Amino acid sequence: MTFSNSAELLSFHWFAYSIYSALIISVIAWFGYNLTRKEKAKSVVRIPFYTYIGFLVAMGVGHHIFTYNTIPWVSQDITRHEITPDATYTFEIENHKWINMPKKVTVQCEQTIEFDVRSRDLVYGFGLFRQDGSMVMQMQVNPGTDVNGILDPNDILWTFNHNGKFDVISTEYSGPDAYDEHTGKDLMFVKNFVEVVGCKEEGGKK
Amino acid sequence: MSLMKNLISGTNFDHKSLNALQKVTLRAVIVSFLFYGLVALEGMIMRMVQVGPTAPIPEMFFHPDHYFSIMTVHPIVGIFGSTYQLVFAAFSFLVPFLTKKPLYSVKLANWTWGLITGGTALAWIAAFVWQYAPLYTLYWPLPADTTQFSAIGGIVFILGVALIMLGTFGFIYNIYATIFQKIGVHENKTTKELLISGFGIDGMLNLWHKLTGKPPYSKEPALALPVVAIFRGTVDTFLDAIVILSAGLLVLVYLIFDASGSPLNVATIDALLYKNYFWWGLDLVADGLVLIYVAGSWYLLATLITGQKLFMENVARAALMLELLVSWMVWSHHLLADQGQPEMMKLISGEMVTAFELLTQGLALFITLVTLWKARPLKMTMELKYLLGGLVGFGLAVPAAIIQADMGMNRVLHNTQWIIGAHVHIALIVGLYMTLYSAVYVLWPIVTNNTKLFSNKLSNIHFWLHLVGGIGMGAFMGMAGLDGMLRRHLYVNGEFNTWMVLAAICGAMLLTAWFLFLLNVVMSVGIKGLIGIFLPAEDQTASYGIEPETVAENHKV
Repeated sequence: MTFSNSAELLSFHWFAYSIYSALIISVIAWFGYNLTRKEKAKSVVRIPFYTYIGFLVAMGVGHHIFTYNTIPWVSQDITRHEITPDATYTFEIENHKWINMPKKVTVQCEQTIEFDVRSRDLVYGFGLFRQDGSMVMQMQVNPGTDVNGILDPNDILWTFNHNGKFDVISTEYSGPDAYDEHTGKDLMFVKNFVEVVGCKEEGGKK
Repeated sequence: MSLMKNLISGTNFDHKSLNALQKVTLRAVIVSFLFYGLVALEGMIMRMVQVGPTAPIPEMFFHPDHYFSIMTVHPIVGIFGSTYQLVFAAFSFLVPFLTKKPLYSVKLANWTWGLITGGTALAWIAAFVWQYAPLYTLYWPLPADTTQFSAIGGIVFILGVALIMLGTFGFIYNIYATIFQKIGVHENKTTKELLISGFGIDGMLNLWHKLTGKPPYSKEPALALPVVAIFRGTVDTFLDAIVILSAGLLVLVYLIFDASGSPLNVATIDALLYKNYFWWGLDLVADGLVLIYVAGSWYLLATLITGQKLFMENVARAALMLELLVSWMVWSHHLLADQGQPEMMKLISGEMVTAFELLTQGLALFITLVTLWKARPLKMTMELKYLLGGLVGFGLAVPAAIIQADMGMNRVLHNTQWIIGAHVHIALIVGLYMTLYSAVYVLWPIVTNNTKLFSNKLSNIHFWLHLVGGIGMGAFMGMAGLDGMLRRHLYVNGEFNTWMVLAAICGAMLLTAWFLFLLNVVMSVGIKGLIGIFLPAEDQTASYGIEPETVAENHKV
């Protein structure tokens, strides 16, 4: 099982967490009901203490093992400095404006792209969003320079497996000046910054 | 009794019968719930903006300056003005109650709530008058950015936060001074014995002795388990106050230099290093203070409600010690989206150590549930209902936190409404506040000298509105987050309208619940009584002598 993009992952997460929520609410409600009853409640299942503790440990650790093996961007992110991207786009932000940012980036299906975004003043964010508003990915953009005065990189590698046009939003608050004073319009919003082409409808290269 | 008579004089409340400890407790509780109302209103205003242009609110709230000013003070008022006050008030009463010793200083307790109230008001004024809006995260160098914010506004805001932290230090000093007083049951205890008990080391040693077949290290630990939780949680409260105060001083220095016409270079402070320092401290509130205080409160409530010893008490004591270490090492889960953060820190601190919270909180949940279960049958009193509600809250919010503290999930959940809704708001509103309401109902007869509550029906309506509203609001915010809605972003066109309308309905339930609770309290103590609480106490006693066992009697079927 591998999630090919965030939409699949978030749908799975929505489903799994909803079931868990219904379960935990039901368990406590059942428990509360039986607390008041004089008759002894019939145990649905008997869970020994150490089994419960083992279950918690397994869930805490197993969750990360599961995501590492099913979400492709985790290992890619950890080893990103050893991977040669198909293309790199480096640009900056200053005073709530994107500087040297290409107008549009066209990506072929399954290409791995590096985005290296640098800030000259504040903490910003860099996030790609689908046309329905859902998030593809994001990272924080911290300001700062190295000893030579060169702006610190904030780099992310991303492999695109589905066609689409993606907008850019700064995912971190950088003050009210990021918005139009009167209309509240997001001044850092960039429409259709990335376009991915060449994928099959269900994802993956044609 | 007519409604008007209730409104003026309450049921059978007599403020003159209250001693100094009872009065100072009630003062902080009242101010806490007033701030809660303010924070609920602020939340509703922001929600209505997110609903979109059709929302029936004035156009000025859609302006970014205004909107983010509200967003800045919302957590300050909620966490410090309301939650801190309520927790500090409860613990300043409970430590003397449980140790059967007087509070070290009622005067200091009065200063504590006064400073926190004044500080919260000052921070609120800074946002309202000068629209100072760097948000509670204060990500460097935004709080010192005088091109966007007024330096005077910033100085007033930071002074407000500093006053809150001074009040916090007052609480901390009072708690430890009370615990270490060598009087009453602790007359012959050494400081070392109290320290060992306070840190939960005696529980660990008892477990070790049991495993090695030796007699218990301590048959009767020096401190009751809830006091151990308060002792432990207060260590994190102290460290957190140091971090927030020092970060505030840094911002203050920059703002003062700016106001004097000689601005300092903000680039001399590394933004990522600052983030690490700030989150280390701030996370002690969320992952240390809240979880430990809450675990301690659950243990206390379970033992008070059942009148029995806590199940697996030594394990619970040892777990509190474990939580100490865990809470100091989990901050990196806030920095999983920061590409400059070392990968090992993300992996160890951000993922693995954070996952331990599932264990420590799961353990607290288990111990509390088994303690209640062994005492069956119990009456479904308000305090028991709220305690179960609190367990549901953390049962939902803690796994949500563990899910997002993951490098894969964080890439698509960081800074979304999922974090603030499904995790933070459910943890605070459902988990923490329902636990605190349970404590309020347990302590009500003790703190008010058996004042009759005006209406049980109102209490029940409050419970259901709060529970359903709290879970619903958090859930709908979470769903909006999964659809891509960010948490620190202004949406003026109703982009996530459906989820926000549903969240607003649940928010309205919460606001109504708060109003009904307040109405019940006012009708119970009366306006005269409310005023009387703030008048000096005739009886200067700083302790209260009801035995905890008598509280349990009320829960027997």
